[in-house]
Amino acid sequence: MNLEEYKGVYVFAQQVDNQLSTISFELLGKAKELAADLKEQVTAVLIGYKVKDLADQLAEYGADKVIVVDDPELETYRTEPYAHALASVINQYKPDIMLVGATAIGRDLGPTVSARVATGLTADCTKLDIGDFPLVAIPGKEAEQKHNQLLMTRPAFGGNTIATIACPDNRPQMATVRPGVMQKIEPIKGAKAVVEEYNPGFTPNNKYVTIKEVVKAVSDVADIMDAKILVSGGRGVGSPENFKLLEDLAEALGGQVSCSRAVVDSGWKPKDLQVGQTGKTVRPQLYFAIGISGAIQHVAGMEESDLIIAINKDEDAPIFDVADYGIVGDLNKIVPQLTEKIKAMKAAK
Amino acid sequence: MDFSLSKEHEMARTLFKEFAENEAKPIAIEIDETERFPRETVDKMAKYGFLGIPVPKEYGGQGCDPLTYVMCVEELSKVCGTTGVIVSAHTSLCVDPIMTYGTEEQKQKYLVPLAKGEKLGAFGLTEPGAGTDAQGQQTKAVLDGDEWVLNGSKCFITNGKEADVYVIFAVTGKVEKRGKMLKEISAFIVEKGTPGFTFGTKENKMGIRGSATYELIFTDCRIPKDNLLGQRGKGFNIAMHTLDGGRIGIAAQALGIAEGALERTIEYTKERKQFGKAIAGFQNTQFQLADMATKVEAAKLLVYQAAMKKAEYTKNPKVSYSVEAAMAKLYAAEVAMEVTTKAVQLHGGYGYIKEYEIERMMRDAKITEIYEGTSEVQRMVISANILK
Amino acid sequence: MKVIVCVKQVPDTKGGVKFNADGTLDRAAMLAIMNPDDKAGLEAALRLKDQYGAEVTVLTMGLPKAADVLKEALAMGADKGILVTDRVLGGADTWATSTTIAGAIRNLEYDLIITGRQAIDGDTAQVGPQIAEHLGIPVISYAQDIKIEGDKVIVQRQYDDRYHILEAQMPCLITALSELNKPRYMTPGGIFDACAAEITTWGRADLKDVDDSNLGLKGSPTKIAKASDKVRKGAGEKVVPESPEDAVSFIAGKLDEKHII
Repeated sequence: MNLEEYKGVYVFAQQVDNQLSTISFELLGKAKELAADLKEQVTAVLIGYKVKDLADQLAEYGADKVIVVDDPELETYRTEPYAHALASVINQYKPDIMLVGATAIGRDLGPTVSARVATGLTADCTKLDIGDFPLVAIPGKEAEQKHNQLLMTRPAFGGNTIATIACPDNRPQMATVRPGVMQKIEPIKGAKAVVEEYNPGFTPNNKYVTIKEVVKAVSDVADIMDAKILVSGGRGVGSPENFKLLEDLAEALGGQVSCSRAVVDSGWKPKDLQVGQTGKTVRPQLYFAIGISGAIQHVAGMEESDLIIAINKDEDAPIFDVADYGIVGDLNKIVPQLTEKIKAMKAAK
Repeated sequence: MDFSLSKEHEMARTLFKEFAENEAKPIAIEIDETERFPRETVDKMAKYGFLGIPVPKEYGGQGCDPLTYVMCVEELSKVCGTTGVIVSAHTSLCVDPIMTYGTEEQKQKYLVPLAKGEKLGAFGLTEPGAGTDAQGQQTKAVLDGDEWVLNGSKCFITNGKEADVYVIFAVTGKVEKRGKMLKEISAFIVEKGTPGFTFGTKENKMGIRGSATYELIFTDCRIPKDNLLGQRGKGFNIAMHTLDGGRIGIAAQALGIAEGALERTIEYTKERKQFGKAIAGFQNTQFQLADMATKVEAAKLLVYQAAMKKAEYTKNPKVSYSVEAAMAKLYAAEVAMEVTTKAVQLHGGYGYIKEYEIERMMRDAKITEIYEGTSEVQRMVISANILK
Repeated sequence: MKVIVCVKQVPDTKGGVKFNADGTLDRAAMLAIMNPDDKAGLEAALRLKDQYGAEVTVLTMGLPKAADVLKEALAMGADKGILVTDRVLGGADTWATSTTIAGAIRNLEYDLIITGRQAIDGDTAQVGPQIAEHLGIPVISYAQDIKIEGDKVIVQRQYDDRYHILEAQMPCLITALSELNKPRYMTPGGIFDACAAEITTWGRADLKDVDDSNLGLKGSPTKIAKASDKVRKGAGEKVVPESPEDAVSFIAGKLDEKHII
């Protein structure tokens, strides 16, 4: 493998129902920074059926070039035709870096493609930088240190540790990236990218599965990852009915309700409201942690919030270790009064 | 002498601990409060073979040794004394005598479903006027054609009304022994639902409140002749031998309660702060915990030793485990009472509050000094043996 | 029907995490359990055994003590355990791990391979799909429900805001979510049988169609540059208000101060 042949920062532009996913823009934002460091270009790989129109939007969010793989077989995500599409693009265009969102699609597509093109893949990255590998040259072996490497940082062990990983001898350097972590750029209106169509040909084989049914979860709730204010409840809330207190507070604040894993496990709230390692990573301006003990898995998903206020009756709850303000007390008494107070304050302004 | 546990026993401990934490612990407060028999836990234990641990596989059991069974009762009792005694009464007092004395037909008919947990077992020896003194028995069984006719009552019966199969003792006549006329006692297997077999009032108890304790009433209760367990007139021996095994089960229950209280107290004293430091930092706490832990460990060795001795007996029926069982029960029960009492004290006011479960452990511990032979009876058994 | 379940012995992350000097995990120093997603996968396989009489083989790669998770699987009802262990396999990343496991599976007959979605130590979710890729069979990740119809498997596949009902031709690989089911317990008798059972142990020589250059630390394209305990934001201000009113005015004051209201 001649590593020099591989150029450019590539992004898998995930779309569902012909709508680009937020992660695609977040990846482009990061790719732009990496490309600037490397003095290379940003290319979006857009895979689907009748998706060419989305190319302009990718350009507005930072893509210099868009490769479109458009085929009827690609109408709805399935591992095989998508893996074939992306792997073919990689073999054809030889990217230096290939970023994929760590979504339910990307975490299936990424590993399949990396195995097919025989390169490494680092999962669920929360930080990407360009740097040297090893980080510090081994004395006497300075010449062996590689430069301009993608350094991929990710939490492991349920958020207990972080590891920085490199892929020095294989290309592309592949990473899946956690949604909600990278920042998208302000869209540049009217920006245009070079659009190139590429179709490697799709012949169904044993790996093509049949989609018998698509069932969309009926969710009128906005994505908690987009919320500016989250009022999050844990097992300490006590019952599904008691979440009403939190909903009232969220409404008064103009925010949304989210929850911990314990709440989802108890069947009190649906999975898409779960914050944490196995749920969503959020970084709102204000995060209320109410009746949440603060298991490390939960903290991993919310510690980047700008302001964290915790209410818990257990003064030794670990949530107080990450909270900016911790209030030891009974949520049943504090939350309703707080809701009233906030309503009054808002009315006064 | 090897004190380390085998891989099997380590894994079994993990299993019982996990089951106890997930299934028994979450309802322990509720069943104590409401005196509710935890039928759902019994069903789950049946599913996973906990009700036939020392029974050979050919009779629907798990084919494990007595130590595995002891560890099951111990781990359950760490979180819930009620659940511990349900398994102990079923296994030691009903399954064990049928396994030991039952005919092949009786084993097929009763042991197999009991070991599989399809049926729950109980044991009826105690009467209002006869506890450990079996000669005080009033319940009578008279042979009438192909049937035994039972009349009388039994009291304080664990798993009463909930159980399907009962090992019952009754007077079947008189025999002369060393010049004295003594009651001839025999053992029987009686099924729930037999006409004439009814239940009296449920006891409202101090501890193990989720376990069902009932009076059993027999009024012209006719059971098949074949339901005589063991030989006619051997009832006293069967009862005493069964209680030897039962005491190991109760010793395991006591051990579990003591361990549960100790574990919680260690945790609590590390968290609870007074005068600016955790109370575990005070020497009084440290020394108390040291004494508690040492006694719990000693109790454990006695209980496990009794279980090993019973394992020897299953290979060689000449081996007696009566003294080991009595020592294990005597000591473990007294340790359970002492440790839970100290645990309440170390918890201070919280120890007196139900939510913290320590007071329940103390109430549960008390019965272990009383049933299946009081501590005084255990001392009689032990002293009679060392002075013979 | 033959089902292979891949399981991993993982450190219980509740017990803390330790590293070797070279940045790799010091697994020996941590409490070991069967990975939860894998256990759900095993339960799914055991239900296929209950329902269709499937033969369930459990396979793991790891240190010799990883045999413990195989014993646990046998005690839950699996039929056979295979341990893949060899010094040359140490330090493998997901690529090298999936290459190794695929090499082991090539020796076996199977209709279905079930793996957990991801392990709680690495959280990568990569090894399952990569095994399928090496073996050239379809993969269905994130399975919430599994049914068998003839030589096809029908799977409910979870996505962020929907699920698909997918049908795949067997042989096929499925990655299981822990939500799939509640795994059964072992049985006491199962434990005794499992400890008496023979665990098949394979080393490097037993792997089929695998090149040395793809194994272990050397065969791993990804390399650890740095590993460390996570640096956390320090604790802020903690108050124990006298009354709910005090708590409310404290919070309201802070929200006002930060211009949130």
